[in-house]
This record gives sequence, C-alpha cells and structure tokens, in this order.
Amino acid sequence: MRQARDIPVLRVENLAISYETRYGDVQAVRDVSFEIQRGDAYSIVGESGCGKSTVAFGIVNFLGRNGKIVDGRILFQGRDLVGRSQEELRKLRGDRIAMVYQDPMQALNPTLRLGDQLSEVLIVHRGMARSEAEDRCVHMLEQVHMPDPANVMQRYPHQISGGQQQRVVIAMALLNDPALLIMDEPTTALDVTVEAAVLDLVAELQTKFDTAIMYISHNLGVVARVSDRVGVMYAGTMVERASVSDIYLHPSHPYTLGLMHCVPKLGMDKSSSYLYPIRGRVPSPKNLPPGCIFEPRCDFARKICQEERPSIREVEPGHWSRCHFAEQVLAGELQPLAHLLPNLEARERSGEASKLVLNVEGARTYYDAPSTKLIGGEKQFVKAVDDVSFSIRKGQTLGIVGESGCGKSTLVKTIIGLEKPTAGTFEFMGVDISTPVSSRDLDLIKNLQMVFQNPDSTLNPSYSVGAQIARPLRRFKTVPRNDVRDEVVRLLNMMRLGENYYDRLPRQLSGGEKQRVGIARAIAGRPELVMCDEPVSALDVSVQAAVLNLLLEVQNEMGTTMAFIAHDLSVVRFFCDTIAVMYLGQIVEIGPAEAIYAPPYHPYTEALLSAVPIPDPRVEQKHIRLMGGVPSALHPPSGCRFHTRCPRRSLLPDGGAICETTVPPWQQVTEEHRIFCHIPLEELYKLEAVITIDVEEESHVG
Amino acid sequence: MSVAETTPSKTSEAPAGTQRKWWEPLTLIFRSGVGTVGLVIIVFWVLVAILAPLIAPYSPLAQDSTAINQPPSAQYLLGTDNMGRDMLSRLIYGSRTILLLAPISVFCSVAVGTFLGLLGGYFGGLIDEVVMRILDAIMAFPTILLYLIIIAALGPSALNVVLAITFVGAPGVARLVRSLTLDIRTRDYIRAAETRGENPFYIMFFEILPNARGPIIIDSMLRVGYAIFSIGTLGFLGLGLPPPTPDWGGMISEARKYIWTSPLGVLWPALAISSLVVALNLFADGLREESTRYQ
Repeated sequence: MRQARDIPVLRVENLAISYETRYGDVQAVRDVSFEIQRGDAYSIVGESGCGKSTVAFGIVNFLGRNGKIVDGRILFQGRDLVGRSQEELRKLRGDRIAMVYQDPMQALNPTLRLGDQLSEVLIVHRGMARSEAEDRCVHMLEQVHMPDPANVMQRYPHQISGGQQQRVVIAMALLNDPALLIMDEPTTALDVTVEAAVLDLVAELQTKFDTAIMYISHNLGVVARVSDRVGVMYAGTMVERASVSDIYLHPSHPYTLGLMHCVPKLGMDKSSSYLYPIRGRVPSPKNLPPGCIFEPRCDFARKICQEERPSIREVEPGHWSRCHFAEQVLAGELQPLAHLLPNLEARERSGEASKLVLNVEGARTYYDAPSTKLIGGEKQFVKAVDDVSFSIRKGQTLGIVGESGCGKSTLVKTIIGLEKPTAGTFEFMGVDISTPVSSRDLDLIKNLQMVFQNPDSTLNPSYSVGAQIARPLRRFKTVPRNDVRDEVVRLLNMMRLGENYYDRLPRQLSGGEKQRVGIARAIAGRPELVMCDEPVSALDVSVQAAVLNLLLEVQNEMGTTMAFIAHDLSVVRFFCDTIAVMYLGQIVEIGPAEAIYAPPYHPYTEALLSAVPIPDPRVEQKHIRLMGGVPSALHPPSGCRFHTRCPRRSLLPDGGAICETTVPPWQQVTEEHRIFCHIPLEELYKLEAVITIDVEEESHVG
Repeated sequence: MSVAETTPSKTSEAPAGTQRKWWEPLTLIFRSGVGTVGLVIIVFWVLVAILAPLIAPYSPLAQDSTAINQPPSAQYLLGTDNMGRDMLSRLIYGSRTILLLAPISVFCSVAVGTFLGLLGGYFGGLIDEVVMRILDAIMAFPTILLYLIIIAALGPSALNVVLAITFVGAPGVARLVRSLTLDIRTRDYIRAAETRGENPFYIMFFEILPNARGPIIIDSMLRVGYAIFSIGTLGFLGLGLPPPTPDWGGMISEARKYIWTSPLGVLWPALAISSLVVALNLFADGLREESTRYQ
C-alpha cells in the first residue's frame, strides 16, 4: 500500500530544542532524527520528561515563548519548517498537520455544540457551506464509529463519554484530511476497554486514510499495538529506533532492554519471577553525564561509556542504536547484574492455614445524590459499592481491578474508615470496623494504613521527608521517643533512599521517591493491613518495578497483608494472590490470580483481558470490545448489571432475557473461585483463552 | 490512570545535591523591580518610625504660637499646622502610630479569618453554612458604616480601631482561607492524616495551614495597605486616635480647614499615607509574581 520511496511525510534531522529558564538554557531535546512515510504509524516511546512531547510541539511550532529550535531540520513533505515565520509556516503547513492531545475535554470547547465545533473546521479552512460541512462531519463521525452521529452533533462535550470525546477530537483532526496526524498520548486518560477501542480505531484510520501517524506514548503495550516502527527516547535524545518486532524481541540498547524487563509480562507472578528495575533516575538536562547519557543507570557500563558519548548508528538494516556495545546487547551476550535484584528468598506462599485478616460481607456504600427537584422528590443514591463480599488471609494480597467508577476506591475508603458504610459487616481481625476512622481506637488505626495513588499529593509539601515518616512513629508510639530518628533512617534505608533524604522536602524528590516515602510512612506503624490505591499507576515503568519490588520486600519482611487496587492487569497478576474484578459497584468474579486469567471467565473479565495492551508483538489476543459506556451508578441496570454491554449474552437461551430481570447467581468454580453470571459454567469453560503467545520459546526473561 | 507529562517541563528542579538555603526565597523579591521599590519605601518608613526621637527636629506636641500655618522654611522644613506644631515632626511620629496599629489589626483579622475559614472549609456542612452566612452578613454592610457603628459604640481609642479593623477584615480573609482549604483538603496527604486518625484541629493547623501560607501572606500585605487607609479615614472622620496624638488621618482633617491658606498642610500627610499604601501594594505584587514563578 505504501508508495515506495517517495518523499517522507515527515523527516526530522538532528533536531535540538532548548528552553530558556531562570537557570539558563536547558536543552530538552538533542540529536533526534527519524522519518515517517505515508501511511506509516511511527511511535515515539519514552518515560515522562524524556522530551517526546517537546519533539511534537517543535513540529507544530507550539514551543511557547521560551522554547526554540536550536539545531536540525524538520522537513514536512520535503520542505524545511525550521526558521520560518509564523505566516510562512501557516502557508507551508496549511491544514496538513493535525494533532490530538491527551485530554479530549481540554481540546473541546465546553460551551459549543459538537456539531458547531466540527463544522467550523471545514467552514473556516475550506470555505464550505454550513449544510455541506455538517454532512461531511456526520460522515466523519461515522468513520470513527461514533454511535448515532446526527444526534451527537447536537450535543455538548460534557454529554458524551471520555472515549467518545476522544473520537470526536480524532474526527475533527481528520476532517481536513491531514498528511500527518500527531497523537500525543491520546488514550492515557481512558479506561482499558475504551483505550482498546480507540487503538483499534487508530489502526483502522491508518489504512483507511493513508495518513502518516506519529504516535507518542509512554506505554510499551500501546505502542506495540498501533505502530510499525518505534523510536525510543531517553533524556531528550533518541537511543534506539527500529521496527516494532526488533524493538520488543531484539532490543539493542540497554535502556530498551531495561524497559522490556521492568514491566511484568502478563502471566508472570511474584513467586516465580522478578521485575528488573532500572536503578537511579533520569539525569536532569542541565547536568548530563559526559559520556553515554544512560551510563549511570546502565548495567553493562564499561569504561568507554563514561568517556565517550556514542552516536546513533545502524546495527543491522533498519535498526539504529546509540550504544557502544549494541551488537553484544543484541546478541544477548550481556546479562544484567544480579546484585540489583530484590532479596526475595524468604518468600513462602503461605497456605490455607493462615487466618482471616479482613472479612467483608454484603458491603454497601451509597452516596446521597442531590435531588433534581427543588422540594420533595424521591431521595436518590449513588450506589458506589453494592453488596460486596470478600476476605483476605494473613500475608496475602488481594487485587481489586475494574474500570474507573467501578467503586474500587470507595470500597477501600470504606474499609479504612474515610467513608461511612450504608450496610454490611466489616470485620478486621475479629473487630468490627464499620465505624468512621475518628471513632476507632488507636490500635485499630495503627493496623490499617494506606498508600495513595498520586505521588505529587501524597506528601505534605511543607514538611521534610523525615518529619513526615516520624509523625506516625510518634503518634502510634511504635518506638520509644528517642529512637524515632533511627527508626526513620532505618525505614529510609529499607526504601533504598538513605539518610540524606531525611531533611529533603517533597519537591526535591522524583515521583518514584515520593511514592517510596509514602510507603515508608504507611508501614512506619507496622500495620497489619495496607491498602494500596493504585500505588504505581502514576509512575514511569522503570520506577514502577522498583516500587513493586519494595512492596514485595515489605510484605516478605513484615508479613503485611495488602489490598491492591489497580487497573493494570499485568501488574495485578504479578503482585496479587487473589483478584477481585469489580463492575459498577459489584464484584463479578473473584478467585486466585492464576484462575482469573484462564477460562472459565466472567464475560467482563474476558473483555478486560482482551483489552490490555501487551508489550509483545507475538501475543495474540482475542478481539472482544464492549459496546457503550459504563451505565450510571445512580440507576444501575436491573438484573445483572453487565447485561447492557455483555458480549456473551447470546450463549443463553433467548438472547439472555434472564439477565435483564434476575440477579445472577454466584457460581463456584473451585472453593475460592466464584463467578457472578447466569451463563452455566460448562459454557464458560468452553471459551478459549484470551491471550496466547504464538511462539513456544519464551525463556530469556524470568 | 497514569499521569503522563502534558507539557514539557520548563523549569526543572535544582541540580541534585545543591540544597537551597532557607533565606534564598527571601532574596527573590529583589528579582522583581516593583517589589524592590515597594520594599525600599516600606523600609524607609519603618526606619523613620523606629528612629523618630532621633530624627524629629521637635516634639510632635510642641507648639510655637508665633508660627501658625507657616509654609516650609529653614526652621520648619515642612511648615507648621494651625497650632504651630512642626509638620515634619508630627509626620515622623505619626508613622509610629500607623505602623504599629495597621500590622496589629491586620494580624488580628488574619488570625480570626484564618481560623473561621479553616473551620468552614475543612468541616463543611452545617458549620460551614452557619459561619459563612454570618460572615456574608458582615460583608454585606458598607465598610465605612461598620467602622462608624463600631467606633461610635465603643468610643475612639487605639484598641477600638484595632477591633473595628479586625471585625471588618476577618470575613474577607475567611473567604480566602476557606477556598484554599477546600482545595487542599482534597489532597492525599490530608487523607493520609485522616487514616492516621489525626485530630481535626491538627489537620487544620499543621497539615492545611502551612500549605496555604503563601496566598495568606500576600493577602496580608495588601491588607496592611487597606488598614493604613482605614486608619487614615477614621482619623479624618475624627474616629481615630484622640487628639493630640500625631495621626496622619487626623492631620489631614485639621489641615483641611486651612486648605486655602496653607494647602501644603494637607499634602504632606496625604503623601505619607499614599506612599506607604502604594509601597505595600507594589511589594505584594512583587511577592506574588516571584513566588508563583518560584514554584
């Protein structure tokens, strides 16, 4: 399909971009080169702060007042964009480059109807008549698989779901038939099932519109799914570029290799394998190491790496790498150093003998919803958690997964006492905990602690790291008053932070470091049960691995029981013993981790699994996409709550009429594995596994 | 969902290892031109107030019956008032009263307002409703009318001026602090404090307040300016400090009667008041500019 060897749509050569700051010029991007052909999808992958968005902003000239391109060329359809005035740029580029951003809500004007916003593009750029423009918009919305497009044209942005908003933004970008479509993390803010559908759309657009796509993402799995070629960026420069399969199966740069090893593969679990973190942190662009920029964190670093900065070179046809030892890395001759691995030898998978730590039965948490009528009107509730039962045994980890709005956070907040339960029994080591945290006694509070999601708000910006870890120690009198400082230092060391972090303020720490301090603070009182609310989801992958390893060490050393909320199914699979899948306030399936990932599945679990982006191009996933959005928790569907989106209802007689009327029964698969569905187990057993790897050798990791 | 970068980081963190000194933020004000000008004028008046006995040529109360309503001369640099008192000396001593009363009254209104704002913002619900509605009712009165009512009821004195300014200023501070609190209380570190079972007052004063201090300090700077205005106004209306205390507002009020014969008598105290108020505003602007850039 690709027209062979004509001028690339975009060709970036030795691009360097710097920002003026108070501390002098900072080079955000250095020596980046790549090209995108027509109909190609090119991905740029890298961790936050590596300059991938800056490259995109450089191409569309959105660098802001303090940013400028200091070197290199950007050739768009053969013509250089660098150094031209705004007016010339506008002419050259015209409407041929379109960009899609991360947050669709910010790209759409909330006060205008979608139809007006869409047709405006055509009316302004093409001088089309309104009626003609609207017809084209409706057609374009159909192309992006928007249900009921004529109706959507009349709506405002807040009246459609996030996934639909992103579709509208993509449709808007495509209206002008751009030669280059830049997508900057377009699915990062979306749920997995929605993300999967948007990614399908991106892949389809590529073939349908013959547009070159530049796709920016931090997620290796997403990149594997949408693109043909990949450029890996690190600290402002491109360290490796190659085809997707080369990058994933035969990386030639240690950083890429590290990225592959630090994400848990779906199917890995903590008893059989390790995560290999990348040590240290990304260097600041102001003081880069003199040699290879990755040298301080590289497991293979030699003397030459400290002295000489490697330039990017072709290791094999079409495979470029910026490493002195690319050939050896490629051949797998270099192995990571063992001393960086966590000390997990003491692990023992405790059997059934251990006692119940937490037992929750029939938990319900409702929020009052403001009545729509001024006076009177029926009282309404948002049923955030509705009839949830589960238990956790000592030393075990329960994973709770589900899309946003499924009630997993509310459930955890109810247990910890920040929300008031509406009904149900909550027992923690035999004590009733259906009380708010303010009326619990100190010993109970001490034993139930929490790790929070957002590293930027988990620590109080006004206090030093040491003071924040010391506070629970003083409050719970874990250690005598005089030993508090020593204990804080011990915890810091345990978190691999060291004593010199004691007096630092949170703003001097990186995201991963903040999260480790958050963990240290939570475990300072030596709690029995730690609730982790998406503790790694805001972190970069290389940091994620280190934090997960730390949590594992904590659990090993202190025998802590954990509840672990996440939306990343591979992380949960790796980290948890038992997994509960939640949908719309209810648990739909609960069981041992390995059982959840193999048939029989609940239809919702099956759909989730088929949506996870997997960073391995060899993996075959079944293609199951859910229709529509999650219904409102104010008026949940009757019968089985999943019936409105269930792709497996057809397995039941007369199309699953029973699902709409009757609450499904709990079906016991094994003693510990239950599924909340009408479909008989025999039928569910017949479903094939969602994820299969089509190559038998999968040895060298783990 | 993961929070990926949305904009390129323009101000990256300080190089690792170089710890910022505590006084470094204080030097930031000199990066801003207007801030520096404001600070210089404020420091000038503060020095004048402290050194008043040393630099004032006469006692502020000494009368010279031979020189009434004199224009500036070598003997009386800024002239004299209707009682033959030296304007310069009265101006110098007047700075003492105003620089004492204004910060004290602002401190009181900020203390009261902060407490009420934290209370309403953190607890919410009925407490918030009651506290804020009462404060709204106070804010609904024209301020000058409130001053008049309070001073008329309590009588003019330094203490009552402080009380009046506190009463009138507190609702505004409370509104500001409440809105800051509403934002800060949603942060995870507040959740963390709650899961530690901390006392609500600990959370309000030790977890929330330190993070609201920036805007509160800047607001206070502006408020000192308003307070100087208010004290001037009260003095002018005869509700400030009882005579013969040197008081800039009172001086304007007295000199006003002779404005046709000696117009400069009004000019000096008016200049003094406005220079100080402008200086405080410039300083607050500079502070805000630099502190937001600093973050």
